[in-house]
Amino acid sequence: MKIIGTGSALPALTVTNEDLTAFLDTSDEWITTRTGIQARHLLSTEDLYDIAVDAANKAIKASGLRPDQIDFLLVSNVANRHVTPGLSCIIQKRIGVTCAGLDINVACAGFVNALMLADGMIKAGHAKNILIVCAEEPTKYCNWKERDCSVLFGDGAGAVVLTEGNAFKDVKLTMISDRDVLYYERGMEPTPFEDKYIIGQPLVMKGKELFKTAVIESAKDIKNVLDYNHLTHEDIDWFLLHQANKRIIEGIRNIVGGSCAKYPTIIEKYGNTSSASIPILLDEMIADNKIKAGDKIVMSAFGAGFVSAACLWEWEF
Amino acid sequence: MSRIQDKARALIASKMKLDESEITPEKNIFNDLGADSLDFVELSMLLEREFNVKFTEDDTAKVKTIADLYELIEKYTKKTK
Repeated sequence: MKIIGTGSALPALTVTNEDLTAFLDTSDEWITTRTGIQARHLLSTEDLYDIAVDAANKAIKASGLRPDQIDFLLVSNVANRHVTPGLSCIIQKRIGVTCAGLDINVACAGFVNALMLADGMIKAGHAKNILIVCAEEPTKYCNWKERDCSVLFGDGAGAVVLTEGNAFKDVKLTMISDRDVLYYERGMEPTPFEDKYIIGQPLVMKGKELFKTAVIESAKDIKNVLDYNHLTHEDIDWFLLHQANKRIIEGIRNIVGGSCAKYPTIIEKYGNTSSASIPILLDEMIADNKIKAGDKIVMSAFGAGFVSAACLWEWEF
Repeated sequence: MSRIQDKARALIASKMKLDESEITPEKNIFNDLGADSLDFVELSMLLEREFNVKFTEDDTAKVKTIADLYELIEKYTKKTK
């Protein structure tokens, strides 16, 4: 499998740390030193479906394929206003594809998990050209009266088109059941037969525990992938890590090794865009001609669950 | 001062970008040395890695001073012997 097209889309509205100080007990210094985030994009006039379609259309255009040549649509999304139908169904018509598709929710690790599924489908002959769209609006499930979560997130979408090839070399997925570290609980409709009706609540995060688990498990995934393929960090050109917190990225780098230059970041300008963060980063790196044929690339993400994942590429165009 | 404390002091000084002479037992890690909550998580992870131990959340939550940290490391390194 290889990636032949990428695309990304961000909402028009940019919100800086300074903007947040108007209604939150926070400061640019507090947010920047703890997260590396300086700004984020938030949905306001457009909706999630608009940016998902925009990113998908850009990726298809970059691939050189026509929409009718896409034969499977994989969408990664944690939550949007439709519980059903799936986001893949909602955007299918607007992208102009006619193939089947499905949604996955593996939190912020959704992109790497979707890559694993796409690789399996292509190898099994179920599809030749697959479109992955990661579209996320985490700002819609944060409590905007508290600074703990709301300052961390941004909305965004990233997409890739995949086809047959030998660039995707390996993948490692991890799941450790621990709901309480990070969760968003949705309210459901009451029934006459239940007296323990639960009202939903915004995202809850145990920051210190999440920080530690994210660093340790992500580093383990990466080291497993490197060891299994008889590689060291010195063999890797780029580590494209989930953009959740600059200090988590630094913590992973301290264990895995390699210079800061090998760990590019976009968190400064976009915040944590959940599963969209790696495809957005990838799209920007390809647009800037930073990725060359033959580059060895590790992608790694973690998220609520606790889940984490890492994969290895030797890039082909 | 024990060898464990010597090693821990050097690691703490390096992580906090301070001179080793500033790392004295009575110092409060947060108020005197200026660590924030993430600095402390990073510091505890560094010490776990260097001493090959794993602290519990309950134990690290009680740590306030450098002396508390030395005591914690010594407790866990004894456990692993």
